[in-house]
Amino acid sequence: MFLPIKWLKNYVDIKLPTKEIADGLTYSGSHVESIKKLNNGISNVVVGKIIKVKAHPNADKLKICTVDVSDEILTIVTGADNVREGDLVPVAKVGAKLPDGKEITEADFRGEKSYGMLCSLKELGYEDNVIPKEAKDGIFIIDDNVNIGENIVDVLSLDDEIIEFEITPNRPDCLSIYGMARETSATFNLELKKINVEIINQVDDISNLITGIDIKTNNCHRYYAKVIKDVNIKPSPLWLQTALMNAGIRPINNIVDVTNYVMLELGEPLHAFDASKIEGNKIIVRQANDLEELVTLDGVKRELKQDDIVIADIKKPIGLAGIMGGLNTEITSSTKLVLIEGANFEAKNIRLSSKRLGLRTEASTRFEKGVDESLCSFAVERACQLIEMIGAGKIINGSYDIIKNKNPQTIISLRPNRIEKLLGVKIPENEILNYLNRLEFEAKLEGDKINVKVPTFRKDVSVEADLIEEVGRLFGFHNIKPLPLYGNLTRGSRPKDKEIQNYIKDIFWGIGFNEAMTYSFLSPKVFDKLNLPQDHVLRNCVRLMNPLGEDYSVMRTSLIPNMLDLLNKNNNRGIERAMIYEIGNIFVPNSIPDSLPDEMMRICLGIYGDKDFYFMKDAIETLLERLGIKDVKFSRENESPIFHPGKSARILKDGRILGVFGEVHPEVLKNYNFDNRVYIGDLDFNGIFENINMDWKYTDLPKYPSIDRDIAIVVDEDVAVGDIEEIIYANGEGLIESIDLFDIYRGNQIDNGKKSLAFSIRYRSNDRTLKDEDIIQIQKRILNKLEERFHAKLRG
Amino acid sequence: MEKKLNNLLKSAIEEIEQVNDLDELEKIRIKYLGKKGQLTLILREMGNLSAELRPIIGQKANEVRFEIEQSLADVKKKLERKEMEEKIKSETIDITERRKVTSLGHKHPLLQTIKELEDLFISMGFNVVTGPEIETVENNFDMLNSPENHPSRDLSDTFYINDKILLRTHTSPVQIRAMKKYNAPLKIISAGRTFRFDDVDDTHSPMFHQLEGLVVDENISMANLKYTLDIFIKELFGSDMKTRYRPHYFPFTEPSAEVDVTCIECRGEGCPRCNFTGWSMELLGCGMVHPKVLENCGIDSEKYTGFAFGMGVDRITMVKYGIKDIRLLFDNDNRFLEQF
Repeated sequence: MFLPIKWLKNYVDIKLPTKEIADGLTYSGSHVESIKKLNNGISNVVVGKIIKVKAHPNADKLKICTVDVSDEILTIVTGADNVREGDLVPVAKVGAKLPDGKEITEADFRGEKSYGMLCSLKELGYEDNVIPKEAKDGIFIIDDNVNIGENIVDVLSLDDEIIEFEITPNRPDCLSIYGMARETSATFNLELKKINVEIINQVDDISNLITGIDIKTNNCHRYYAKVIKDVNIKPSPLWLQTALMNAGIRPINNIVDVTNYVMLELGEPLHAFDASKIEGNKIIVRQANDLEELVTLDGVKRELKQDDIVIADIKKPIGLAGIMGGLNTEITSSTKLVLIEGANFEAKNIRLSSKRLGLRTEASTRFEKGVDESLCSFAVERACQLIEMIGAGKIINGSYDIIKNKNPQTIISLRPNRIEKLLGVKIPENEILNYLNRLEFEAKLEGDKINVKVPTFRKDVSVEADLIEEVGRLFGFHNIKPLPLYGNLTRGSRPKDKEIQNYIKDIFWGIGFNEAMTYSFLSPKVFDKLNLPQDHVLRNCVRLMNPLGEDYSVMRTSLIPNMLDLLNKNNNRGIERAMIYEIGNIFVPNSIPDSLPDEMMRICLGIYGDKDFYFMKDAIETLLERLGIKDVKFSRENESPIFHPGKSARILKDGRILGVFGEVHPEVLKNYNFDNRVYIGDLDFNGIFENINMDWKYTDLPKYPSIDRDIAIVVDEDVAVGDIEEIIYANGEGLIESIDLFDIYRGNQIDNGKKSLAFSIRYRSNDRTLKDEDIIQIQKRILNKLEERFHAKLRG
Repeated sequence: MEKKLNNLLKSAIEEIEQVNDLDELEKIRIKYLGKKGQLTLILREMGNLSAELRPIIGQKANEVRFEIEQSLADVKKKLERKEMEEKIKSETIDITERRKVTSLGHKHPLLQTIKELEDLFISMGFNVVTGPEIETVENNFDMLNSPENHPSRDLSDTFYINDKILLRTHTSPVQIRAMKKYNAPLKIISAGRTFRFDDVDDTHSPMFHQLEGLVVDENISMANLKYTLDIFIKELFGSDMKTRYRPHYFPFTEPSAEVDVTCIECRGEGCPRCNFTGWSMELLGCGMVHPKVLENCGIDSEKYTGFAFGMGVDRITMVKYGIKDIRLLFDNDNRFLEQF
C-alpha cells in the first residue's frame, strides 16, 4: 500500500515530517516498509512552451525547437518526433540534473548548438509501468494550464514523499488513502476531514438506459450502479494523472482514471463498462458456467469455472467479478455511455478465482481480504462527482442498489479492568473512550462497562480482545512498562530424551564428528540408488500431496540417503575427509487411516577419508559405553543391500537390534559415483534410550598387583577374535581383568589361510597377590579350550 | 706437615676448578677425600705428632677438608646446572609447528542456537516440550483460530499429506497439545522443524525452524510478555539491545505484536543491513493468546490469560553468526560446519 503524503493531507491536517508520520503509524500498527522520495535529484527542470519547430539542416531525425521558459528563449535540439508548436513540455535547462544522474550541458548536434533538453516521463524518473501509453515514446506533453517557467517538481508533485506499508490481511480498510488517513487521524489525534459527495447536475433517468440488476448468486453481497451519458473520453487532467502515477498506477483515460482514483482513495474497487455494449440493457451477476470463456481487459482468454463469479448481460459474461473487466465492454475512445459498478463480492471466491487464473489485480487484492459493503454506493457517487467535475460526461439521475447480504451490526461490551488484566497497565476510562472514538468506534460508558458499536469497515473486530488491541495500539505497546512474571516458582527442564540427545551430541563432539542437518524430504529415486528391492520396508513412505518437486516428494524413512548425498557432495568438492552425524526423525505410514504417521528418532553416522570400519565400531562402542549400555553383541549384517556384507554388523542388545553399521556396499557407491570408501552407522535412538543405564557406582580401586601374560596362537582366517576372547574370559576363573589383542600376523612364517593372534592377558585378584602358580593352570586350560574349539595352535 | 696440608689444598682447588664433568669431579673427590685419598693419608701420619701439635694440625686438616668439600659442592652445582641447560637446549622444539592429533567435532550452528535458546528459557523456568512434525489440520490451523479462508491453508502455502494431515507450518500445534494435556498454568517452549511451500533461495527454505513459548496463568499480561522477551533478547544479543513492539496480526493472539531488535550489525546506528533503520525487523512475533484458542483447549479464558511468542531460529542463527544465505544451513559442507 502506497501512501502519498500530499494526498493524505487532503483528509488530515498533519504537519509532521514524513519520517515522524511513518514512525507514529508504525507504533500504532501500520508496518512501514519504506519511505520513498519521488524527486530523485531533479533540479532546474521547468515548463517550457515550444514556439517554433524546424528541421535540422544536417540530420533527418533531429528537430530544432525554440522554447520559451519564461525568463529566456532557448534553442534546443531534440530527437523526439511528438513535439509541436504551442506544446508545453518539461525543459531541462543547462545545469539541470536528472534522476539518472545526468547533468545537462550545452551540446552540439551536427553543427547546431542546443541549450537544454526536452524530457520524457522516464527521464523525469517515472517507472515504465506508470507512464501513460501515449506518453511512452516521446517528450511528455503537459496538457493542462500550467505556467511557463514553473518548476516541473511542483507541476508533477514530485516534491511528494510516499510511505509504503505492509498491511496485515485483517485490515483491508487500510488499503486506501482514506483508510490510512483514518489511522493517521487516530494515531496523532487529529481531525479526519469527511469527503463531501455532491453531484451538481443530474439528467434523464437510469431506468431508461439500464432496466435492472439481477443478482443470481449468493456470493455477490451488494451491487450499486450509476450511469453516465455523453461521455467524452480523453486523457485526465494533470492533477489526476500525477496522483495516479505517484501512487503507482498508470493513467488510461478520464473515466478509468476516476474509478482507479476512487479505489485508491476509498478502497472500493469500481469498474466502468461501456454500457452501449451491454446487451439487453441488463446486468446479471451469477456464477460462471464451467468452460464458459471471457477475454479479460488484458487480452487474455480465460476459461471459467463454476466457482468464478461473473458480471454478465443477457447473452454473455462482460466481466470477471472483482478481478478484471471484459474486453467486450471496455471503455474505448468512442465510448459514450458508461455504467459504473460498485459491488461487493465474497472474499473467498475472489481469492480462489484470482489464484487459479493467476490474475492478481488491484481489485482482487482488496476484494479477497473483504471490503466494507457500505462503501459501494459512496464510492460510485464519489466517482460520479469527479466525472462531473472534470467534465467527462453527464451523470444520469437515479441508481440501482441491490443488497443481497448485509453484515449485522457488531456490538461488544468492553470491561476496563479486562484491559488492565490483558495489557498489564491501567488506562483511564476517558482515555479508552477517546481512543475508540478516534477509530470511529461508537463507545459509551454504561455502568462499569463500555458498550462499543463496531464500524462496518472493521470486520476484523468481533470480540472483546480485539477492542483491547485497538486500545493498546493507540496507547502504544511501547508505552507498556515491562513487569516480571510472578507467582509460584517454577523449575524449567528438558524432557529426558532430549537431554540424552544432547549428551549423545557431546559424545560425538568429543570423538570428532561434525553435526549435520538435512531435509526431512527425499526423492523416492534414492531407494533405487540404495539397490533396495521393490518391496523393501524403507520404500513404504509418507507421500506429500503437493511436493515442491520429485526430489522433495516423500518423507524420509531413513537418514542414510541424505547422509550419503552430503558425504558425496563434500567428497566431490575436494574435501579429503569427513566425519558427520545427524540426529533426526524418520516417518513411517500408519496403517490406521487418517491417523498421523509414526515418527522415530534415528542417529546416523557417516565417515569417509582416513578412517576405517574399526574406527566406526569404536565410535559406536564408545557411545554405548558412555551411555552405560553393556553386554552389546555384534553379528554380521547380511540382509541390507546398503552395506558391504563382509564389513558390516548389527548391534544387538538382548536380541534387540540397536542399529547397523559398516562399509557401504561398493555397488551402492557406484550408483553415487562415489570414489572413496564410506562407512555409515544407522542407530535407533529409542532402542538406545530404553537401554541407557547411567547410574554410575564406584568400585574399589585394585589393591593387589596384576600379572600380564602374553599368548600367541595360530588359527584359521575365519575364526573371530570376539569368539576367542569369549573363551578366554570364560576360562579365566574370574581373574582376567582385560584382554588386549596387540598383534595380528599373516605371512610366510605361518600357513596360508591362517592368522597369528597375539593377546596380552591381564590377571588380577581382588583379595590376594597372584603368583605364577595361580596363572599357569589357567593359561593351560585356556589353550586347551582354544585348541578344542578353534584348532588353535600355540605359536612358538 | 702444615705445609703439606697447604700444598694439598692448593693442588686440590686447582684441579677442581679445571674439571668439566661430574665424573671427573667424583674422581677428584676420591683422590683427595676418599678412604685412600691424600688427605686421609696425611691424617694417618698425625699419630707421629706431638701432643701440642696434634690439635693444631687436626684443626688445620679439618679446615682443608671443609674447603675442598665446599669447592667440590660449588663446582658440582655449576656442572649440574650446565648439564640441565644443555639437556633443555637439545630438547627444544619448534612451537610454531602444528600437528593435528586431537579431534573435537563441531555442532551445527542452528541446532546449537536452539539449544542455547532452550537453556535460556529453562533458566527462566520454562519447560521444553516437543510434538510431531507431521500434524493434523485441526491442531495446525483450526484450533489456532486460523480463518477457514486464510491463504496459509492453501496448497500453495502448506504441504499436505491428505486433507486432514499436513507438515506443520509452525510449532504452535505443540502449544495446542500441551494446553490440552496439561491445561493451566503452563510455562513452556518448543522448538523444531517446520515446513512451508517455499522454493529454495537465499532467504527461503521449504524446511525451517521455529521456537515458540507460551505462558498461561492467572493475571498474565502484555507487560509480562515484554519483560520476558526483553530479558531474552538482551541475553541473546547483548545488554545494549533495545526492542520495539509494533502492533501486528496473528490469528491466534490478540493483541498481537511484532518485535524489532536493535540491528546487530550497526547496533542501531543505521547500516545497509538494516536498511538504515537501525532495527532488525520482525525477529519475533508475539501476543496475548486469543481467548478462542484457550477455550478450544479447554482452558477458562476468563480465569486465565496467557502470552505466546515465536521466532524463526534460522533467521536468528543467521543474524547471530553473520550467515547471509539460508541454504548454507542445510548444505552441510564440512568447511562450513567446522567454522562453529
